Amino acid sequence: MNPNKGCEECPLNPAENLVRLGVKMDQHDFLVALAGNPNTGKSTVFNALTGLHQHTGNWPGKTVARAEGGFLYEKKRFKIVDLPGTYSLLSTSHDEEIARNFMLFGQPHVTVIVAEASRLERNLNLVLQILEITERAVLCLNLMDEARRHGIQIDTAKLSAELGIPVVPTAARQGEGLNALLKTIHDVAMGTLSCSPKRFQTGTSDLSEALTILVGKLEKAFPGLSNARWVALRLLAGDEQIIEAVRDGQLQSLAGANG
Amino acid sequence: MVEKRSDRERESILSTAASLRWEVGNDLQTSLMESIYQNASRISDQVVIADKSKARLAWEHRLEWLLTSRWTGFPIMFLVLAMVFWLTISGANYPSQLLSGLLIEQLYPVLKTFGADLHLPWWLSGLLIDGMYLALAWVVSVMLPPMAIFFPLFTLLEDFGYLPRVAFNLDSLFQKAGAHGRQALSMSMGFGCNAAGVIATRIIDSPRERLIAMITNNFALCNGRWPTQILIASLFVGALAPAGLASLVSAAAVVGITLLGIFLTFATSWWLSNTILRGEASTFSLELPPYRPPRILQTLYTSLIDRTVFVLWRAMVFAAPAGAVIWLVANVHFGGSTLAEHLIDLLNPFGVLIGLNGVILLAYVIAIPANEIVIPTILMLTVLSSGTPDLGHGAGVMFELSNNAAYMAVFKAGGWTLLTAVNLMLFSLIHNPCSTTLYTIYKESGSLKWTVVSALLPLLMGFLACYFVATLWQL
Repeated sequence: MNPNKGCEECPLNPAENLVRLGVKMDQHDFLVALAGNPNTGKSTVFNALTGLHQHTGNWPGKTVARAEGGFLYEKKRFKIVDLPGTYSLLSTSHDEEIARNFMLFGQPHVTVIVAEASRLERNLNLVLQILEITERAVLCLNLMDEARRHGIQIDTAKLSAELGIPVVPTAARQGEGLNALLKTIHDVAMGTLSCSPKRFQTGTSDLSEALTILVGKLEKAFPGLSNARWVALRLLAGDEQIIEAVRDGQLQSLAGANG
Repeated sequence: MVEKRSDRERESILSTAASLRWEVGNDLQTSLMESIYQNASRISDQVVIADKSKARLAWEHRLEWLLTSRWTGFPIMFLVLAMVFWLTISGANYPSQLLSGLLIEQLYPVLKTFGADLHLPWWLSGLLIDGMYLALAWVVSVMLPPMAIFFPLFTLLEDFGYLPRVAFNLDSLFQKAGAHGRQALSMSMGFGCNAAGVIATRIIDSPRERLIAMITNNFALCNGRWPTQILIASLFVGALAPAGLASLVSAAAVVGITLLGIFLTFATSWWLSNTILRGEASTFSLELPPYRPPRILQTLYTSLIDRTVFVLWRAMVFAAPAGAVIWLVANVHFGGSTLAEHLIDLLNPFGVLIGLNGVILLAYVIAIPANEIVIPTILMLTVLSSGTPDLGHGAGVMFELSNNAAYMAVFKAGGWTLLTAVNLMLFSLIHNPCSTTLYTIYKESGSLKWTVVSALLPLLMGFLACYFVATLWQL
């Protein structure tokens, strides 16, 4: 099927460029967030990249708080944070709050969204929500082996074009596709591979008028805020946490990073 | 000035947003989510090419139905758990004997000779070798083999995807008890080791429900208590039945105690959530993951490192000083007899009142660090107090016996009856958790108060249960 498969699975291969750093992360060049639905193999991807042995298990919700680790790739130090799995970013549960706060205020350079290939539609609900708040993201289409077993094929090039971010198919349990994932994370972080996430949310004309007003005000108060549109939408939806972030100026830190 | 201006600016954003919210209507959230769902569906339709014939394998459907349906889910669950226990108990037997043969029968005399060669004073060699070393040797040989079998088996079930189905089956029962459905998982872990079970409660979000899960984890009969249950059941309960049925009857007694433990988990959770930990059970969505072939080697590695070695290390840290204490109470004399004998006399009236005796109570006090050393301590203390030293290894030395007849001789000398045996089985299930577990509860909850509750509540319940049985018995 794939002529390079043998090489990719060979544990010696990534050693050339990849140094797993475990938890030894004093300073780093890039911060990577690992997000996704529960039980899509985020922790397996995390372990494969960092060489840590974060306990993985076949049931949703076992990553309780966030786990951190690091790796060195192409002479750059990456710090990677494994976020709890969530189905949405509406912040209705503790897990969702941890994940959303980190993506909003932790200012990761790259967000890797791990999705289960066999259940793409449901996973895309979260992917689209994450793309609303982040500029630089990579979709890791994991558990490809299971998808193949179930007779599911995915046109990754088309998916990438639809979403506006790179898509990397992997089977992390078997180590398949991890090299491509590493290279993509690296390239997105360095800016050599650009992302322009598609933002679909549309609504009535009342909404777009209201949005224009609010976005204008937000951009004036928080110069350099990159996702003003998303913040405006959350304000209109009455999201308490975002209202609070505007009130106490925490939102400024978001603007600062991009300004 | 600048600060003031930006404050005003922010407040003005918020008030504008509040007034605009009226214009866009309050179904904005819903319509936004709908648009996301629509786009997700549209994109996935475009990029996914599914071979419908293989969509979801037929065997998965059938398996799902078997494991979670009303009529087959529970029997299969009990069978799987019984299988795991049986594999653990029978599989651990041989390596346990091997280890105790090595550590106790071979290394122990060598150490004693070595101590004598060094001219160690008798009390120092007693404290170090008869006390600390033997306690450690016991904990390792009794605890290591079952844990090394139980945890990997459990992790394999987890990896395969069976555990979420267990939680799914038990969810409604826990909900009725006012607890979290995921408590089913921490309870199952508790059958291996309560300390590990308490750590597993981390998967429960709500602090109230997590405390309930921690406090009641003790009712899941742990590894250290299985040997006690099996030994006493086969000596006293099994002996009541005709020879052919003896092993079946004693196995049924152990299963009965286990089921009583599960019942107490629900009852106590219900009681807690209606009294001191009042509150609604929180809902949670539990997705049943696909079945995945377990990765054997990785499972062995993580379960050995994360669970077995971790738990064993903690138990050893607590067992060594306990061994010293056990040796001391049996060897410090005053007023013509040992400290242990004084304490046994002190505890005996209360012990007899609740259908036990002073020896058993004292053993449970000084063997708090690990349930594994309860039976060896009981044997040693019984021999000490009944004055039949020819049965054991000498004063203050813990020992285990090679056959049931020898055990019976010691227990007969200690004046044991069927009531003593039944109540010991009850008390072994319902008493304070071992100090390893208590320490873990303290670490996890960060609260001294709830640690004390976790210790005293089951102890009180155990006293009451034993008293109740003893009173009924003597009618």
